[in-house]
Amino acid sequence: MNAYLPREAEIVERIQETPTVFTLKMRLTDDAPYAFDAGQFNMLYLYGVGEVPISIVAGDGESLTHTLRAVGRVTHGMAGLRVGERIGLRGPFGRGWPLREAEGRDVVVVTGGLGCAPAVSIIHHILSHRERYGRLTILQGVKHADDLIWRAQYALWSQQPEVQVLLAADVAAPGWGGHVGLVTALFDRIEFDAARSLAMLCGPEGMMRGSAEGLHQRGLAAENIYLSMERNMQCAVGHCGHCQFGAHFVCRDGPVFAWPEIRELLAVKGF
Amino acid sequence: MQHANFLLRSDLQQMLNIISGDGFRVLGPRLRDGAIFYEDLRAVDELPGGWGDVQSPGRYRLEHQESPRYFAWANGPQALKPHLFRPRESLWRVNREDGGELAFSEPAMPDAPLAIIGVRACDLAALELQDRHFLGSIPDPYYAARREGLLIVAVHCTHPADTCFCASTGDGPRAERGFDLALSELDEGYLVEVGSERGERIARRLPLQASSEAQRQLAAAEIEGAAARQTRRLPEGNLRDTLFARLDHARWDEVAARCLSCGNCTSVCPTCFCHAEQDVPALDATSSEHVRQWDSCFTEGHSYIHGIVIRAETGQRYRQWMTHKLGSWHDQYGRSGCVGCGRCLTWCPVGIDLTEEAQAICAPLKDEAEDKTGDAIEEGKV
Repeated sequence: MNAYLPREAEIVERIQETPTVFTLKMRLTDDAPYAFDAGQFNMLYLYGVGEVPISIVAGDGESLTHTLRAVGRVTHGMAGLRVGERIGLRGPFGRGWPLREAEGRDVVVVTGGLGCAPAVSIIHHILSHRERYGRLTILQGVKHADDLIWRAQYALWSQQPEVQVLLAADVAAPGWGGHVGLVTALFDRIEFDAARSLAMLCGPEGMMRGSAEGLHQRGLAAENIYLSMERNMQCAVGHCGHCQFGAHFVCRDGPVFAWPEIRELLAVKGF
Repeated sequence: MQHANFLLRSDLQQMLNIISGDGFRVLGPRLRDGAIFYEDLRAVDELPGGWGDVQSPGRYRLEHQESPRYFAWANGPQALKPHLFRPRESLWRVNREDGGELAFSEPAMPDAPLAIIGVRACDLAALELQDRHFLGSIPDPYYAARREGLLIVAVHCTHPADTCFCASTGDGPRAERGFDLALSELDEGYLVEVGSERGERIARRLPLQASSEAQRQLAAAEIEGAAARQTRRLPEGNLRDTLFARLDHARWDEVAARCLSCGNCTSVCPTCFCHAEQDVPALDATSSEHVRQWDSCFTEGHSYIHGIVIRAETGQRYRQWMTHKLGSWHDQYGRSGCVGCGRCLTWCPVGIDLTEEAQAICAPLKDEAEDKTGDAIEEGKV
């Protein structure tokens, strides 16, 4: 088994979410099975350009969905992909969200920026196994109100029983109904039983650090706070060394970590 | 007790013949470009007979000496690393059909297994660490293919360089394990130790003679002498806690003022494993080669993510390297990532000495030292 070798995938749908954010739905062209856990990622390969690690938003037996932002060489190139075009895909890699540990508890999901993409799989999982989980609180922060993608989905989620959605934008726009400021300012509005809750955070590191501290202050135990980390990843199997973070390789041992596993280094610039 | 383990110098060629006759591609130390490298070896007169190396931080020179020995030197710039974990190699290839379909394929694996002659204890320890890294829960198929057949003839080190500190890391100068055969070189020939069944099968075909007590004592004394002559050492024990408690030590900036961030240290390090992947498309656009190449945590690209460089400053890169090599390696591989070969000192263009930097960073801090007894301060002295 060669973990480096990609499989071929065909783009079956493309959605432009914002001027720079786009969603690609794809299907593997071989017959080999594919299964993933929420929070894991795939390496997507653009022909002749290279690979990038991208978290899995959703998937079923038929297709896989990835949401990307065009920032580098590969993602800029992928922004130009059309339906029917082929890419490479290998995965899934890494350790995903602690959905089993979260059963029977209230769950808080805090995301920032495009951080909501890796967390969508959590929300889908909880909503499709509703009886296994307590209250679900979804908090999403963005820099500018226009950066918020999937507004309709947030509206839909907020109408589900026992689901609370809280949105924050540093800069509001006309019609913005959410909070103006940091997402952490919304923490005192979370309706949950902190002692029996579990939190999953995804987004910029500063936001995750602030959120972990804030939730901890509200009574959540440090070991019940989970974060999804990002680092340069090229091999995805703990060989290439770029994502080494203290005792861990983020690609293999993460990307999801319990806060105490990474808390000390997370506060230090340069790791 | 009879010890039929002595091989005359004039019979060493027979060993090479037996090994290559068994189907191995034989590599051994050879002179090239003023240094010693492991390269294809057919005849013993290609070995660096009568050559020694003089090393110090930032300096490496070969010197001719009046000695019949082939292995009277410490080490060259390369360990075994480039022969198992290639500096640059193709991971896979993709062909694009006219309809845009992509067909991925693996490269051919090597045919003849490798035999490496003249391997040092430090490099054997490094090989064991590369094994732990590349042959873990998700094995690297390319490393595994080369490693599987590898045959090793070690030579115990009797000529440490000024930069060597394997005695302090516990990795040398005697090769303790991981070899098929190990040799002690004396002026008139070799004491042969067997380390594996494969080694035993080779030894049985060698014209071995009885060794004398005097030869055995001399060989042991030369190895002990090689340990005793080493003057550099790393601070004792697991440095992880100390290093991570000193992430804001002033020395990181001080070393950064000297460090060129060139990455030479990581290239010559026998345990460094970082590599970058790159696509190399063919000019006719019908295929592309996915290649990996040694990378270094001293480059800007190493810590790049979506438009941000996490380690923009040299001090952060040096700290990343040392805290990983001497610190987090304990968590990841059960020991330090340093085997005391001294290459990072020798091949550093500005002569930065890892042992000196580690001593400086791990030395008791002023306010700590004042709280402790005189003995503790004495122990912590560089």
